[in-house]
Amino acid sequence: MNLRDVLSPFYAWKRTLEKPFTIKRPVEEVRRGAPGYRGFHINDVGKCIGCGSCSRICQNGAIDMVPVEGIKSGHGDSGLRPRIDYGRCCWCALCVDICPTGSLGMSNKYNWISPDGDEFVFTPGVDDKNWDQSSEGYRRRDETWLIEPVKTDMPVLEPEVRRRSFEEVAEGYDDELARREAMRCIECGLCIEACPTHMDVPQYIKSIRDNNLEEGLRILYETNPFSESCGRICTARCQDACPLGREGEPVMIRWLKRYITDRTAPRAREILADFHSLPQTGKKVAIVGGGPSGLTAAYYLKSYGHNATIFEMHDELGGMLRYGIPEYRLPKAILDREIKTILDTGVETKLEVKIGEDVSLKDLYDDYDAVFVSIGAQRGTSMPIEGIDTPGVLVGVDFLDEIAKGKRPNLGEKVAVIGGGNTAMDVCRTSVRLGSKEVVVLYRRTEREMPAAHEEVEEAREEGVRFEFLTAPTIISKKDDKLELECIRMELGEPDESGRRRPVPIEGSEFKITADTCIMAIGQKVENVMAEQVGVETTRWGTFEVDEDTLTTNVEGIFAGGDCETGPDDAIKAIAAGKKAAYFINRYLKED
Amino acid sequence: MKERRISETNPWEPTWCDVPKLDLKSERYVKIWQGPQHPGVTGNMALELTLEGDVVVDCRTHVGYLHRGFEKLMERRRYIQCFPIVCRICVPEPDYNEYLFAAAAEELAGIEIPERGAWIRALVLELTRTAFLTMWLGGQAAAFGLGTIGQWSVAHRDFILDLFEELTGHRIYHMYIIPGGVRHELPEGFAGRVEAVLERIEKIISDIEKVMFHNAVFKARAKGLGYIPPSWVEPYGITGSTARGAGVAIDVRKDNPYLVYDKLDFEKIVGGESDVYERAVLRKEEILMSIRLIRQILKRMPGGPVRAKLPNVFHWRIPAGETYVRAESGRGEMGYYMVSDGTEYPRRVNVRGASYTHAMALLERLALGVSNADIAGLMTSIQTCPPEIER
Repeated sequence: MNLRDVLSPFYAWKRTLEKPFTIKRPVEEVRRGAPGYRGFHINDVGKCIGCGSCSRICQNGAIDMVPVEGIKSGHGDSGLRPRIDYGRCCWCALCVDICPTGSLGMSNKYNWISPDGDEFVFTPGVDDKNWDQSSEGYRRRDETWLIEPVKTDMPVLEPEVRRRSFEEVAEGYDDELARREAMRCIECGLCIEACPTHMDVPQYIKSIRDNNLEEGLRILYETNPFSESCGRICTARCQDACPLGREGEPVMIRWLKRYITDRTAPRAREILADFHSLPQTGKKVAIVGGGPSGLTAAYYLKSYGHNATIFEMHDELGGMLRYGIPEYRLPKAILDREIKTILDTGVETKLEVKIGEDVSLKDLYDDYDAVFVSIGAQRGTSMPIEGIDTPGVLVGVDFLDEIAKGKRPNLGEKVAVIGGGNTAMDVCRTSVRLGSKEVVVLYRRTEREMPAAHEEVEEAREEGVRFEFLTAPTIISKKDDKLELECIRMELGEPDESGRRRPVPIEGSEFKITADTCIMAIGQKVENVMAEQVGVETTRWGTFEVDEDTLTTNVEGIFAGGDCETGPDDAIKAIAAGKKAAYFINRYLKED
Repeated sequence: MKERRISETNPWEPTWCDVPKLDLKSERYVKIWQGPQHPGVTGNMALELTLEGDVVVDCRTHVGYLHRGFEKLMERRRYIQCFPIVCRICVPEPDYNEYLFAAAAEELAGIEIPERGAWIRALVLELTRTAFLTMWLGGQAAAFGLGTIGQWSVAHRDFILDLFEELTGHRIYHMYIIPGGVRHELPEGFAGRVEAVLERIEKIISDIEKVMFHNAVFKARAKGLGYIPPSWVEPYGITGSTARGAGVAIDVRKDNPYLVYDKLDFEKIVGGESDVYERAVLRKEEILMSIRLIRQILKRMPGGPVRAKLPNVFHWRIPAGETYVRAESGRGEMGYYMVSDGTEYPRRVNVRGASYTHAMALLERLALGVSNADIAGLMTSIQTCPPEIER
């Protein structure tokens, strides 16, 4: 021991008069957390869609999804919002990093005292807290986002190749692309609600990740016997509802569905062998119309054990899937294969029989235990304008029908297509393939209001189709060898009952377009001659009047669904109607 | 200088088999429990001490008061869900757990982290080492009754925690080193604020030097206490500065360089006296070395991304395999042994905490012959950390 060791510790006395390190302050003046502090949550409930990703990633089970007054569930919104239990929360902010909408964040408030323990369980953004408006605290950044916002691109034919052939445009995912896209799914299930037939999307996407595609096919057929077609042409409401689409690109559900069927459909019969094992009931159901709705109803009626007979006026089954959708989107061989899978279950068919003319609906009603009418909306409509009967003016669905039957008419150099729906896109892209040099689409609203799928519009553009928005023809006349379309420019006015802004003509903006052919693709209607034979009520548009929940008409035992009930709509709605009809027909037959 | 009391012979003989034959009814002995409610850094474990007068003649370590079952919890959580819980395994040095869990998962999954991410990880690990050892110095001093030093060191650790709060969003459980890199970029102007704190730490270390290491009381009690012969290092699994104090030059940062340590300029700090005093001096030196390393890192850190994109964390599967990754924590070698069976959940994660061997087996042996009053200082000296023992 030396003297230094004795004296040196007294150095500590130099701090005797210094301010202490810890200073007692009143709680109100508590120091604020750092700008990136992970404190109590905040949630923008208007932006939140209740997908529940936060709840599923929370390793403490601190987040429950609860209904909130004033927030309704609907398309792409579960109506639930996260309620957080701060007795469990570990403040890790994984919930913030996974949030697909960016609605969830954390404030830098960490100090809050309440004598009531239950107050520490609350719904951020709903239960008012004084940090709700805090702009500081932890927020999701691009680099912290745990979600992959970019979709896996589908290999497609080059536009130049497409212009010359009816070959299918989308080539389909290979194994690696499919698995990569399947990895993006966050399994929230909002797509199940959004799908009219409620396909179990997360489960079949999981089957891709698990490389168990046979199970995937079984899941598909539980809700949709047209999965192979839907994998190509479905309007994919599920993708509109996908939370990943809020701040990125949605999961390409349709293409994943196609991937499953591409790999398994040739063996569908064997994979689905145990589907039709219910005992036979001996009941007979007549189905009028062999489109997607009728075939779907037949498929599920068979699976309930009833006999189903389809009456179809054409010489082939498939309805609008066959006669309304061009080969380059849905190859006929694919459709044939899919219909065969349905017919293989034992569905009977009577082709080229037109109910209402060849056989009356009354006869069917007497001979069968139940009748399902799904005749679709086959008759194309045209505009009530001058010169609509001029030679060279065609109706969209009739035109597509001819193409489907193998005809390849010469449309001339320049084609004008009127309309903005998917039929208009099919028509204009088919025109390109028939060799027309210039194809122009006239639509009376803007691109934003177009009912056609966005990618259809994009692909049409790539193939050289030109668009004239806010334009409508008023008079069509023949001049020399060509058609002359007198058009008028429009502007958008107040929204109409469909929610879209109504187009209003601009005075004095008339101009002229010449074309060799003009094709009207502005809608279809129901051609209904059979309803009155048994006294089924119809609406003023000629569609069947049914109870929406059960698809029953006013005549007991007659059900109606699909386009002939809703008016022209997409395939998946028709399929959903077929499935629903089968369910309620089964219930009706069991009650007998 | 006290006489070295412990025999250096036969280190492989485990003391817990060698029960001293004490006639407890002879009224020569008193049995007392130290802990588990034990104030200070070595809390939450209990020592069952048998004393003869003031001298410990038998010591049993009892753990189990802090068992939270993290290893088992991880088997029921997706990989990303393990990330928020591993930091809780060790309170003073949470970042080593975050790093090792991430490194094990990355190695099994074959994920390369961006270079800047590795540099930031090293920065965080050295900052946490500085924070821990600074606090530890105060704990060591306080165990011998020098409470003032504890006030200084804990207060200065808080300046580092302020940095962590700014960088990561939290003071203690940072949850910043995530599989794939680090969570996000450093805040604007962070390096300058780190430097300011480092200067404060250097200042307080020089103050502590005067009042702790040139202190007759501390020297009298710490010198010669808790002598660990070099031959014990391997059989007892002793690592870190406890081993280096015994003259065994092991340091994972040099021996198995990870992150960017092969690019940094530093030497192992090795002693030889192997007593409580020597170990305290080594750790003080290691704080200064960490400060030098932090300065090097801040100077040489490259730009670029800090984080590699993980697969969708809900479905992230790691191919079947097993690995052991290690790092030099403030207490010694910390390691994670991870087994994956190819599913979305780890099959097994085993945490090798540095103080597990120190504070359980070694302490039972070291305590023999030590005065009861010195037990707290001895416990601190071998860096007992019950949360990491228990897991």
